Amino acid sequence: MKEFGGKALFLDRNDINTDEIIPAKYLTENTKLALQPFILEDLKLGGFDPRKDIEGKGVIITRANFGCGSSREHAVWVFEVNDINVVIAESFARIFRQNMYNCGMLAIELPKKDIETLFGLGDTVTITVDMAACTLTAKGSKKVVISFNLNEFDKNLVEAGGWLAYADKNY
Amino acid sequence: MGKTIAEKIFAAHLRDTPTPENVILDIDVVMCHEITTPIAITDLEARGMDRVFDITKIKAVIDHVTPSKDSKTATQGKILRDWARRHKIVDFFDIGANGVCHALFPEKGFVRPGYTVIMGDSHTCTHGAFGAFAAGVGTTDLEVGILKGVCSFRTPETMRITISGKLQDGVSAKDVILFIIKELTVNGATDKIMEFVGPVVEAMSMEARMTLCNMAIEAGATCGICLPDRVTAKYLWPFIKDQYESIDLAVEDFVQWHSDPDAEYVKEMTLDVSKLVPQVTFGYKPDEVKDVTEMEGTPVDQVYIGSCTNGRIEDLRSAARILKGKTIAATVRGILSPATPKVYSQAMEEGIIAIFMEAGFCVTNPTCGACLGMSNGVLAEGEICASTTNRNFNGRMGKGGIVHLMSPLTAAATAVLGHIADPRKLL
Repeated sequence: MKEFGGKALFLDRNDINTDEIIPAKYLTENTKLALQPFILEDLKLGGFDPRKDIEGKGVIITRANFGCGSSREHAVWVFEVNDINVVIAESFARIFRQNMYNCGMLAIELPKKDIETLFGLGDTVTITVDMAACTLTAKGSKKVVISFNLNEFDKNLVEAGGWLAYADKNY
Repeated sequence: MGKTIAEKIFAAHLRDTPTPENVILDIDVVMCHEITTPIAITDLEARGMDRVFDITKIKAVIDHVTPSKDSKTATQGKILRDWARRHKIVDFFDIGANGVCHALFPEKGFVRPGYTVIMGDSHTCTHGAFGAFAAGVGTTDLEVGILKGVCSFRTPETMRITISGKLQDGVSAKDVILFIIKELTVNGATDKIMEFVGPVVEAMSMEARMTLCNMAIEAGATCGICLPDRVTAKYLWPFIKDQYESIDLAVEDFVQWHSDPDAEYVKEMTLDVSKLVPQVTFGYKPDEVKDVTEMEGTPVDQVYIGSCTNGRIEDLRSAARILKGKTIAATVRGILSPATPKVYSQAMEEGIIAIFMEAGFCVTNPTCGACLGMSNGVLAEGEICASTTNRNFNGRMGKGGIVHLMSPLTAAATAVLGHIADPRKLL
């Protein structure tokens, strides 16, 4: 199975929407790779510069209701083509969360206190995910291990490599 | 234990239950447009799986950018068009016949009580107005829908919103839903279905119910839903008259989809709208809503009337009530996009298009247009638009632009005065 984890990018705001993740004007692209330079282009967040801050990151850690708004899967693909395959948040918008699992990527929901813990680990944090144990290890100013819930069906989608492969096999 | 309408629809379409929390449903209508479908098509082709599950259950339209504005959007249209022709998709709508998906497809009678509907578009929740379960999905869900006619959902949880009282003149379904979103916040209904009931909903036309359900997603809901009744049956009558001997019998049949009296809801919300005043958004989230009286006087550069929220005939009629015999402010650019060709021609017959044009509006072809800043009506940095659309996200209508969401009545009053205005004063 795919390895999930990497260096964390912290996005400290609730309700980050799909238009901020990838503006609609780029939805005219007909390949996923073409989206790569436009990641989080319209996100206004004190000091955040997508051109500098994305480099080398593999995980996003954020607050509540991440990915709200449009159904565009481009908001997931733009992470995929930037080698980000895990988003950890207090909560997700339904379609975004489903799109992540449908693409075989991880959308991990954690209680607010765990999100606070992650935000308290300093600027340089590395996340490794153990899918089998449903735990993630965060190494920053200290090392913490946090367990998470993973819906069995979502887990099966990730293991199958996404919803299309799963559906083709089962339906 | 009684069931909600959503639980009844889920039970009637259940294909599989992979876990107690997840269900796989058979889908009655898979809707496609040219922005989110082409990548599904090219991916299916690349996998050697270029098939469709049922050419009569797939509906396709080019609506977001039409006529195409550049080579890329022309290519998106072409991919959808070629695919629809190749597979002989029965209902495909191109230039001349196309319009905003969530206005066009209901007009064609494609959505019926008890149906399951998906589309690669978050405002698919609009179709819940017909007593259907309709949900926006991503491209992969759409791809599987096209290929297999199934989609996965979590077991439904419903919140019931009971709307009572009487709307005052100048206040409409748009104001009701903006107020509800303000109360619930942008994730107050996440993973839930919003069931709209009560005398105000029962008195609403299908157009108004579609406006109500359209913005359910702005509170995070999977679907908005209304119970199908005589209003629904009358709207659908041209399409169901061979199926039922009378409207009465259709209404009787629709009752099977009504929530049971002992159905369980995860949340109940009741509101009396008798004192509700027109609502307007500020900021960049659809739950940032104020009474129009607090927003009056905010100058605007553009007024946009259209979209899947408020581009239907009733919306145009209500705006025309204000615009008739008036001219819009010299500082305002007024744009009207009738949602479908039928709305457009009906508005012409009723003299509504003339009213808009004499007032100084530009009238575009039916399209999603300025709503998501993909084609015409894009704002310049720092410009402000009073809009009847559904999202005020930062940059939505153009980088650095600001959108204030409101009803067609409020938008028309704003166009006349050049700043956000209370329509009740102009009626």
